[in-house]
Amino acid sequence: MAYASPIPRWSILQRPTATSGFWSWITTVDHKRIGILYGVTSFAFFLLGGMEALLIRLQLARPEGRLLDAESYNQLFTMHGLTMVFLVVMPLSAAFFNYLIPLQIGARDVAFPRLNAFSYWIFLFGGLFIYSSFFLGGAPNGGWFGYAPLSSETLGVNMDFYAVGLQIVGLGSLVASVNFIVTILNERAPGMSLMRMPVFTWMTLVVSFLLLFALPVIAVALFQLTGDRILGTHFFDAAFGGDPVLWQHMFWVFGHPEVYVLILPAMGIVSEVLPTFSRKPLFGYPAVVFAGAAIGFMGWGVWAHHMFTSGLGPVANAAFALSTMFIAVPTGIKIFNWLGTMWKGSITLNTPMLFSIGFVAMFIIGGLSGVTHSIVPSDFQQHDTYYVVAHFHYVLFGGAIFGLMSGAYYWFPKVSGRMFSEGLGKLHFWMMLIGFNMAFAPMHWLGLQGMPRRIYTYEAGLGLDLWNMVSTIGAFTIAASFVVFMVNIVRSLSRGEEAGADPWDARTLEWTTSSPPPHYNFAEIPTVKARDDLWHRKYTEDPSGKPVPVVAGAGDHSGEDEHHDIHMPDPSFWPIVAASGLPFIGYGIIFAWPWAVVGILLAVTGLFGWSLEPVAEEGGH
Amino acid sequence: MATTEAAQETHRTATGLDNRKLGMWAFLGSECLFFGALITAYLLYRNSSTQGPYQSDVYDIPFTSVSSFVLLMSSLTMVLALAAIQRGDHQKLHVWILATAFLGMTFLGGQVFEFTVFVREGLTVTRNVFGSSFFVLTGFHGLHVTIGVLMLLQLFGMSTAGRLPQEQSLRVELVGLYWHFVDIVWVIIFTVVYLIP
Amino acid sequence: MEHTEHQTTTAGEHAHPGPAEYVKVAIVLAIATAIEIGLYYITSLPDAAVTFLLLFLMVFKFALVALWFMHLRFDNRLFRRLFVTGLILAMTVFAIVLTTFQVVR
Repeated sequence: MAYASPIPRWSILQRPTATSGFWSWITTVDHKRIGILYGVTSFAFFLLGGMEALLIRLQLARPEGRLLDAESYNQLFTMHGLTMVFLVVMPLSAAFFNYLIPLQIGARDVAFPRLNAFSYWIFLFGGLFIYSSFFLGGAPNGGWFGYAPLSSETLGVNMDFYAVGLQIVGLGSLVASVNFIVTILNERAPGMSLMRMPVFTWMTLVVSFLLLFALPVIAVALFQLTGDRILGTHFFDAAFGGDPVLWQHMFWVFGHPEVYVLILPAMGIVSEVLPTFSRKPLFGYPAVVFAGAAIGFMGWGVWAHHMFTSGLGPVANAAFALSTMFIAVPTGIKIFNWLGTMWKGSITLNTPMLFSIGFVAMFIIGGLSGVTHSIVPSDFQQHDTYYVVAHFHYVLFGGAIFGLMSGAYYWFPKVSGRMFSEGLGKLHFWMMLIGFNMAFAPMHWLGLQGMPRRIYTYEAGLGLDLWNMVSTIGAFTIAASFVVFMVNIVRSLSRGEEAGADPWDARTLEWTTSSPPPHYNFAEIPTVKARDDLWHRKYTEDPSGKPVPVVAGAGDHSGEDEHHDIHMPDPSFWPIVAASGLPFIGYGIIFAWPWAVVGILLAVTGLFGWSLEPVAEEGGH
Repeated sequence: MATTEAAQETHRTATGLDNRKLGMWAFLGSECLFFGALITAYLLYRNSSTQGPYQSDVYDIPFTSVSSFVLLMSSLTMVLALAAIQRGDHQKLHVWILATAFLGMTFLGGQVFEFTVFVREGLTVTRNVFGSSFFVLTGFHGLHVTIGVLMLLQLFGMSTAGRLPQEQSLRVELVGLYWHFVDIVWVIIFTVVYLIP
Repeated sequence: MEHTEHQTTTAGEHAHPGPAEYVKVAIVLAIATAIEIGLYYITSLPDAAVTFLLLFLMVFKFALVALWFMHLRFDNRLFRRLFVTGLILAMTVFAIVLTTFQVVR
C-alpha cells in the first residue's frame, strides 16, 4: 500500500555525503570514526589532567610549598579528579567500545549510529563546558565527590559548573549505554551466542547496564544540588530539615558502580590481550564472564563503604563491610583465571602484554589495599588520608590506565594499519611502571603516618618531606613516559611498518578485517561457529593439543574497493546540532536565562531535524 | 535511493526484537532509578520540615483524585490508539491519540492549578524541605508528561498528514510505552505522596 | 541465550487483548482508585492497615498497567526482565538508603 513519505522535501534535511575532510568528521555516524574521536579527545583531556597532577605534585614536593595558594590547589585537585574519571577513563573506554564492539560481534555498526555520534558530541561539549569554568569565574573546587554542604553553599560559580557540567556529560554516557545494550543484544552475527562473545564485549555489556541504572541517581543528586545552589531548595540544608548525608548516599549509590565502570573495560581488554600473547584460550571463560557480571551486580551493595565515618551506625557499617569483603571474591576469580591463562602458555613479552601483566600486578596491590578499607576500624584510620589516594590510584591508574594502554598498543595496528615501535613501547612501559610506583607507593605510608588528603601544603618536620619528594619525582617520570608514547604514536602513524589484518595471530573477529577495516567492516556478515572463532578458523589441534595451522583458513581480507553495494547509514549533522544546545542551557542556568533559551532551541531543532531526516537503509537511528 | 521506512521493520536482530523497542524498555528501566531517587528524597523529608505549611495544610485530595483518574484513563485511550493503528483504523487512531493528549493536558492543567494554589498558600520550593522535595518530584513528573504530550501531538500531526501508516505502528507503541510509564509513576506518587498517612 | 534469528514484527508476537479487554482493565483500575480514595477518608482503621492496603492497591494498579497496557504479559520476557531489574534495583537500594536514616534518627 502506498503511503506518503514522512519526509518533507526540504533540502536542509538532505543527508550530508562527504566521506573525507573536516566536514565528514563533524557528520560521521561511523562507529570507528566516533571511536577515534573519543580516543583523541580523551587523550587530550588526559594531558590536561596530567598537568593538573604535576602542578599538585610540584606544590606538595616540599613542605610549605608556595607554588599554589589553597584556592588554586582546591580547583586543581578537583579538576584532576573530575577530568580523569569523567573525561579520560570513561571516554577512553568508550573509544574502545565504539571501535571494537561491532567488529567483535560481526556487525556493521551499532544499533543507533546517530545516537552514537550524539553521545560523543555531548562528551566533547560537556568537557569543554567544565573547562570553560577556569575562564568564567573559577573551576570546581569542592572535590570530585562534591560533598554537601560545602558544595551546596560555597559561593561563586565553581560548583555550579560542577553540578551542571557533570549533568551534561552524564547524559552522553546514559545515551551511549542504551546504544551498547541494544547493539550487543541485537546486532550479533549469526552463531555469535552470548557465551561466544569476546570477554571485552561482555564487560562492555555489564558496564552499560551499570551506567544505565547508576547515572539516573547522580542525575537526581545533581538536580538537587543545582536546586540548592541556584533555586534555593533545601535538600542538603540541615537548618531546614535537610541532610547532607543524603548527598553522600546519592553520590555513592552512583559512585560505587561507577568505579566498576572504570575498571571492567580494562579487565575486558586484559582478558583479550593475555590469551593472544600466551597463545592459549582464556582460562575459565565462563568464570571470567560470570565474575564480571557478579562484580556488576554486587557493586550495587557496597556504596556505603565510602561513608563508614559519616555516622551510619554499627549495623549499617557491619553490613557494608561484609558486602565489600565479598566483592573481592569475583575479582580474585578473574585474577586467578588470568594467571591460569599465562601458565604454560607460549608467552610473548611485547608492549601490550607487558601492560596487561602490569595491570594484573598493580591491580592486585590496589585491590588488597581496598580490602583493608573494608575493615571498618581500619578504615577509620585510613579515611581522608593519603592511604586512600594510594589505593584508588593503584586500581585506577595501575589498573584502568595500564589496561587501557595495553589496549591502545594492542589495537593500534588495527586502527591505523601500522605497527608501532616495540623499543619505544617497552621504554614507555618501564618508565611508566617505575614512575607510577614511585609516585603512589609512598602514599600508603604517608597516609598511615597521618598525612590528610586535600591539603594544599603541610608543615616541615612531620616526617612527610622525603616521600612527598619521591612521589613528585615519580609523577614526572610518568609524564616523561607519556612523551615517549606520543613520539611513538606520531612516528608510527607516518613511518610504521604495515600491520596487515592480523599482526598478533589473534583470536577474535576484528582481526579478520583489513587494517584499518573498510567502512562497512565485513564484506559478508560472518557466521560464527565457536568462541574465539578466528582462532578456530586458523588452527585445529593435534593429538597433544598443540595448534596446527589450517591451510588457507585465515579470515576475510576483502579490500575496500570491492563492495559498493553495501549501504551504510548516512552521515548526519543533527547529532552535533542537538548536542550543541546543552552547554548553552548550562550557561543559561548559571549566568543568564536567555542563554538557556538559545540552548533549548538548538537542542529541539536538532532533535526535530534528526527525527525528520530520511532514514538510512540499514535500520539504524 | 528510495527512503526505506519499511525496511527498518524487518531489520534482522539476534533476539528477534526491534532495536527501538528494546532501547525504550532499557530507558524505562533506568527511569525507575530516576524517579526512585526523587521519591526517596520525598519519603526522607516528608516529616522533616522545620516550618510549615505541611501536607495537611495544602493537600486537596478530591482535586488530586480527579486528576489522577484523568491520567489513568489516558492510558486506556493510549492503548486504544495503538490497537487502532495495529488494525489499520486511522480514524480511530486520530480520535484516541487526540483524547490521550487532551487528557494529558487536562492533567497538566490540574497540576499547574494545584501548584499555583500551594504557592499562594505559602508552600514554595524554597519554603521548607517538604516544598523542595514535593515540587521537584512532581515537577519532573509533569515535565515527563509534557514531553509525552508533545510526542503525541507529533504523532497526530504525522498521522493526519498521511505519514503514519499501519506498518509503522511501532512508533505509536513506543510513545505508548513512555506514556504508560509516566502514568504508573503517578500511580506511585499519588499513593506515596498524597494518600499514605 | 539462543541466537535464533527472527524477522521482527510490528504487531505483538502473540495473541493480544482487544479494545473490549482494555476497557475492562480500565474499569478495574477505576474501581481500585475509588477504593484508594475511600481508604483515605476512613478514619476508623489504624494507620498501618490503611498504609498496607494503599500500597497493595498501588502495586495492583502498577501491575495492571504494566502487564496489560504496556503488553508485558504478552511480549518477549526480555522486556519484562529489563524493566523489573530497574524496578527491583531501585526499590532495594533506596529501601536500604532510607533504613540507614531511620537507624540514626
